[in-house]
Amino acid sequence: MNCSEAEILIHALLDNELDAGHACEVEAHISGCADCTKRLAAFRSMRQSMAEANLKEAAPLYLRERIEALVPAPSSAAATAASEAPAPRIAPWRISRRFFAGGFATGAVFSGAIAATLVVGVFRSDEDRLITGEVISAHMRSLQPGHLTDVETSDQHTVKPWFNGKLDMAPPVIDLTAQGFTLIGGRLDDVNGETAAAIVYRRRNHVINLFVARESGSGHETIASYNRHGFNVRQWTKDGLDFWAVSDINGAELDEFCQKLVAALTPAPSRS
Amino acid sequence: MLDRAQSPALTGLWAAKHTTMSAETDAERGRRFREAALPHLDDVYTLARYLLRDKADADDAVQECYLRALRHFDSYRGPAMKPWLLAILRNVCNAEFARRAAQRTTPADAPQEPVNDEPLWQEPQASPETELIRHCDGETIRRLVAALPPAFREAVVLRDINNLSYCDIAEVAGVPVGTVMSRLARARSMLRAAWNAEEGTAS
Repeated sequence: MNCSEAEILIHALLDNELDAGHACEVEAHISGCADCTKRLAAFRSMRQSMAEANLKEAAPLYLRERIEALVPAPSSAAATAASEAPAPRIAPWRISRRFFAGGFATGAVFSGAIAATLVVGVFRSDEDRLITGEVISAHMRSLQPGHLTDVETSDQHTVKPWFNGKLDMAPPVIDLTAQGFTLIGGRLDDVNGETAAAIVYRRRNHVINLFVARESGSGHETIASYNRHGFNVRQWTKDGLDFWAVSDINGAELDEFCQKLVAALTPAPSRS
Repeated sequence: MLDRAQSPALTGLWAAKHTTMSAETDAERGRRFREAALPHLDDVYTLARYLLRDKADADDAVQECYLRALRHFDSYRGPAMKPWLLAILRNVCNAEFARRAAQRTTPADAPQEPVNDEPLWQEPQASPETELIRHCDGETIRRLVAALPPAFREAVVLRDINNLSYCDIAEVAGVPVGTVMSRLARARSMLRAAWNAEEGTAS
């Protein structure tokens, strides 16, 4: 193999797209070629920088709304067909008022109201679903520029004390970087009218918001799963705290996140 | 025996029942479409932003993409949803490029879009290899990626931002996997040259 062949195959090697045989050939060439070794290192670090820069663009909320409006909504279609009055539902303004009463930072109020209006069409049956809608709204709000973190660090010993005096409970802050979920910071948020801690993790280019609030009473001992608008939500209650994990990563990975978090929170019986 | 046409009451009943059934089918179809297509909205939007380099145009293209996808959802049998949606988006963007080119009232034989997109830097063929890529912030990287010529920009965005496999990229772009590999290699070389040039000017 010569350098010009390797120049192309280096990328396939980086991207894990080569079968074992070709990978060996490319690696053999690289190990004997100083230029290609540097080239590989440069592209690897470039790729790393790009992954860390989070270059993916989040679709704005109004666009998400416009696209949702294209799809026939189950409830309204059925109601029109049966020529019945629409089922009683919570008017959007009621939710908006709750959100306002909850006391957001001013910058977040507007997008929060939009998000609330967006989710209220779907969640109207019970309190659980309402809260699920709220945490998804809070998650979407956090993805607006500048809203993700109030304290930005991957050090759990910086994030945890930051919450001191801001909340009437001490949220657990667990660093799961070694398990593939990078801790990137924390902020104060609002769930169900209560101030909550939001601990922010990143998995590849996806953000996971972990909301922690004082137990509201309707807790789940086991992990409950929801999927709304393409967002996965996991909810559970432990040691007097309610937890919600929200992300657009797939359900299996969010389950993995929850399991690792719960395992880290549970004192190990032995010191293995 | 009553003929359906002679009985307005029955006709109404039949029509109502028929509408209800098709509405339920629509609702079910809508639900399936939401679950399959909406999770990829950010990916579709990302590609639109990078290809069109204009926020309002990207909004319109994404909306048009989902309209087309919904229209053809019944005949969708695979491949995976994400490359399928991205391929539709790409077609929508190409139509937009054609429209822009037509509006520009350039001579008919002038080449389209890419010409002015050639980057100002040249790939340094014989420059000493360095393994150092210094830190660039997200905004700078976005700008550098956006400055790549369309076919190369598309390859980088699909691979490094949308995380598609080479096979999926080939499907979206409608080219063989070999072409994907060479485009990606060239695209990253251009990007790296621009990246290094950026560091030179920044310091």
